[in-house]
Amino acid sequence: MTTKELKQKSIEYRKKILQYIVKAKAGHTGGSLSCTDILNVLYNEIMNVSPQNFTSPDRDRYIQSKGHTVEALFVVLADKGFFPEEDLNTLCQYKSHYIGHPTRKVNGVEQNTGALGHGLPIAVGTAIAAKLDNKDFRVFTLLGDGEMPEGSNWEAALSAAHYKLDNLCAIVDKNNLQITATTADVCNTDPLDEKWKSFGWAVKEVDGNDVEALKNVLSNLPFEAGKPSFLIAHTTKGKGVSYMENTLKWHHGVPSNEEYKQAIRELEESLLTI
Amino acid sequence: MAEQVNALPYKANLDIYSETLQRLAETDSNIIAVTSDSRGSGKLVPFGKKFPAQIIEVGIAEQNLVGVAAGLASCGKKVFATSPACFLTARALEQIKNDVAYSNNPVNVVGISAGVSYGALGTTHHSLHDYAALRAINNIIIVAPADNYETEQAIEVAAKTNAPVYLRFGKKPMPPLKETTGEVFQFGKGRVITEGTDVAIVACGETVYPALEAAHLLKEKNITATVISMHTIRPLDTDLLAHVAQQCKAVVTVEEHSVYGGLGEACAAYLLQQGICKPFKIIGIPDEYTVTGSQADIFNHYGINKEGIAAQAMKLLQ
Ligand SMILES: Cc1ncc(C[n+]2csc(CCOP(=O)(O)OP(=O)(O)O)c2C)c(N)n1
Ligand SMILES: [Mg+2]
Repeated sequence: MTTKELKQKSIEYRKKILQYIVKAKAGHTGGSLSCTDILNVLYNEIMNVSPQNFTSPDRDRYIQSKGHTVEALFVVLADKGFFPEEDLNTLCQYKSHYIGHPTRKVNGVEQNTGALGHGLPIAVGTAIAAKLDNKDFRVFTLLGDGEMPEGSNWEAALSAAHYKLDNLCAIVDKNNLQITATTADVCNTDPLDEKWKSFGWAVKEVDGNDVEALKNVLSNLPFEAGKPSFLIAHTTKGKGVSYMENTLKWHHGVPSNEEYKQAIRELEESLLTI
Repeated sequence: MAEQVNALPYKANLDIYSETLQRLAETDSNIIAVTSDSRGSGKLVPFGKKFPAQIIEVGIAEQNLVGVAAGLASCGKKVFATSPACFLTARALEQIKNDVAYSNNPVNVVGISAGVSYGALGTTHHSLHDYAALRAINNIIIVAPADNYETEQAIEVAAKTNAPVYLRFGKKPMPPLKETTGEVFQFGKGRVITEGTDVAIVACGETVYPALEAAHLLKEKNITATVISMHTIRPLDTDLLAHVAQQCKAVVTVEEHSVYGGLGEACAAYLLQQGICKPFKIIGIPDEYTVTGSQADIFNHYGINKEGIAAQAMKLLQ
């Protein structure tokens, strides 16, 4: 895809994320919008995974550790043809498999997540399996910055470096917010780059809302031979909707009808300036 | 015209938790809340504003939360380690077992939004295993208050109890079960909500209210029920249990938990070993991939409602 097409996709995704959150009257709005560009680039440019090869042991794996922003994942999976988009009208309803976190009942989802701090260890195991079987698929996982304090992440970080998992890429959606406050105020994990480097990872930073920059950096994996790759994606929580950006309450705020209309208007306007 | 405000007349037990803890902290600087990015879900934002020195925030790290709480409790702090029940009793189970229960550090482990309160967020966010897991761990009192009265009392008693306590509640507004004037609340002493002689319905937490509604339904069919709020799952009020089981022709238990290892099996094991054998049914969440939907959807699906409880009682009495 051209950069312009990728940018258009991101805006379409954002509109749909909001549409289905409003329909379900539930969802993790801010964090879905912050990671939209990352998912866009992963699924449309980087990963070798599709409905056609999803049962193949050679497909690339994506494990969403920050499971709460499942709306972004569902919208992208629908766009890739893993299931009909209309299915998302049942989001969070009685007996629907489209619930508030990723589950394997939904085609295209690799692992059931939602409790934070689980994605990276599973990704490490998956990447070790690839090495054992001499397969060259890659493993990607997306973490929240608020999720960083979970000890399991650091345990997994050690294993990944120990096993020299250069087929593994962990991306942190660094939007600087969680539920209570800024990540700096809740439990400061900075400087992340130095921490992960000292844990034996190759670290890069990127503007996580810039599809072109994301495409460039993720096209050059591993960042260093013999090391797992850690990408710090600097993002804006609520990206694309002025009143949501960097605002705590939109962690799981659901827009009213008026707010929804304004959000769609803003996103459509931004489509014109691409 | 002024719009009719459709405010629910009742408060959630979670609101009572927040209010009570604030009231206790006003006169006791040893009251400490420990949170893991959970002060919003735990309704502890006002507490944190009022008593900034009495709230410890560890970030999203539940194992650390319980370990830190144990250390604080070892120095005489009255600690309320507050986080969703699902994470506390799964992620931090080893810390509860070793650092709280085994080491006997008197932490109040407060599991919020318990059971299936989180509804459509799914199994990662449900706690249907916590009674079972904690019942198999020595030295922790397990309490699931049903209404606002029980919640307020449980928190006050917990603050005074020099032993590990697990408090578990949901976030749905809960009506009062009965008039409480003159009542004395104690851990380990169940409450008789209503009395009858046909069926004993023993419930805990947010399922006591539908059990009481079931008793009203049964009355229309000339079946009288005793309803017990067994707020303390361990130590179980075995005297009361034996008494009501002997008084009635059948026993039904109700809980927002797996049918394995919870209140129902605790009651069944006691009664059977005492030789008190009555027709018996455990109502709870069966051993299957939990149906998806809201808490109400899930309750209705598994018959954890007045109709379902009444129907099970009638079946046993046939
Ligand atoms: C183990 C665990 N603890 C707590 C939660 C509740 N929770 C869901 S999202 C969230 C905040 C996440 O913040 P962050 O990782 O920064 O995500 P983002 O900003 O991308 O939404 C919390 C505490 C959880 N899902 N899992
Ligand atoms: Mg964040």
